[in-house]
Amino acid sequence: MNLSQEKKGLIVAGTITGIISVVLVLLGNPANMGFCIACFYRDIAGALSLHSAAVVQYARPEIIGLLLGSLFISIARKEFRPRGGSSPMIRFVISFFVMIGALVFLGCPFRMLLRLSGGDLNALVALAGFIAGIIAGALLLNRGFTLGRSHTQSTVEGGAISGVFFALLLILLFIPSLLKFSTSGPGSMRAPVIISLAAGLIVGALAQRNRFCMAGGIRDLFLFRDSTLLLGSIMVLVAAFIMNLVTGNFHLGFTGQSVAHTDWLWNFLGMALVGYGSVLLGGCPLRQTILAGEGNSDSAMSVLGMVAGAAFAHNFGLASSAQGTTVGGRWATILGFVVITTIALVIIHTHKKEAVHGN
Amino acid sequence: MEIDARGLSCPQPVIETRKAILSKVTSFSVLVDNIAAKENVTRYATVQHYDVVETTTEYGWKLDLEKR
Repeated sequence: MNLSQEKKGLIVAGTITGIISVVLVLLGNPANMGFCIACFYRDIAGALSLHSAAVVQYARPEIIGLLLGSLFISIARKEFRPRGGSSPMIRFVISFFVMIGALVFLGCPFRMLLRLSGGDLNALVALAGFIAGIIAGALLLNRGFTLGRSHTQSTVEGGAISGVFFALLLILLFIPSLLKFSTSGPGSMRAPVIISLAAGLIVGALAQRNRFCMAGGIRDLFLFRDSTLLLGSIMVLVAAFIMNLVTGNFHLGFTGQSVAHTDWLWNFLGMALVGYGSVLLGGCPLRQTILAGEGNSDSAMSVLGMVAGAAFAHNFGLASSAQGTTVGGRWATILGFVVITTIALVIIHTHKKEAVHGN
Repeated sequence: MEIDARGLSCPQPVIETRKAILSKVTSFSVLVDNIAAKENVTRYATVQHYDVVETTTEYGWKLDLEKR
């Protein structure tokens, strides 16, 4: 394998992704939200009336594009491999709390980078939390945490999630009256459907080809002193930063940022929960979406877990807003750490016992 | 020695590979069944001064690692 080839791919893909992210904002998406995997699943949950927060309801074509982009390119490259059966329920639960953490901070790791590129210093605090969460998760992996092996599945199982999102696309295009559309707030701010879809398809294909992962980069640096994967994230940040500077969308500071709050402790802890859960799942929300497109039905369960988490976050007042965090959101974040840690320790303990008996 | 990393999520195949390398095994194989795992194990092994020979199998790939 040519190492520099891999890095070149990540540099190109990261740069294109960063540019597209800012273009989407110029064309209508909320500021620093060209892409936000967490926010967009939350908007989709709203469009499907799974929650009733009127300001965040829209069947985001970006997400549909990411999933289908990954599906198409993986089929074309013969990398579509239906797999699953590696602790689907645990993945659902962890993803549920990853979403809670993301909505307490107001962004997934992808949007954290985009917020940073727009000068939002709250994202810097979140990045520190994200790194802390990743290191905690990596330590558990080193101690033997595993969700078990996945196995080959049928094409139907591997393609089911893509079918669901393709159906959502058809509904969005041809029977939009079935869906809810925000008329104010972040959900009402959107680039034209076709452009959003195309952006998703391109970034989805690039992310599939280059194994893009916002959590994996930091994880590999910590575990293996390998910065290859991190290169992709850095290029997204740099490209979006330059685009924001050029287009006058760079505003350095903590206050007055779009769809953001300044509660530093919960920005840190919310994103720490995202990093923690993502490492145990084997990838950030973006990577889960891409893997789901490639036919990984475990990641499809992660997607469903995130949608469910988003619905709960808004139905029970856990999600933050520009006004700040909520009491429920703070408790849910703590609960997330407790639940995920308990799951991890039980798994590690069980495996140790099995290893002893095995000997 | 053979490490069966088939079906394991990232980064477990690399963690298993590292365990073998840290225990000073100079020649061993790793079985992987997804491309991300194949690439990650190959990249890590190369950085650790191992030569990697890749064979395609019906389930994925067999990677033969040999200390340089």
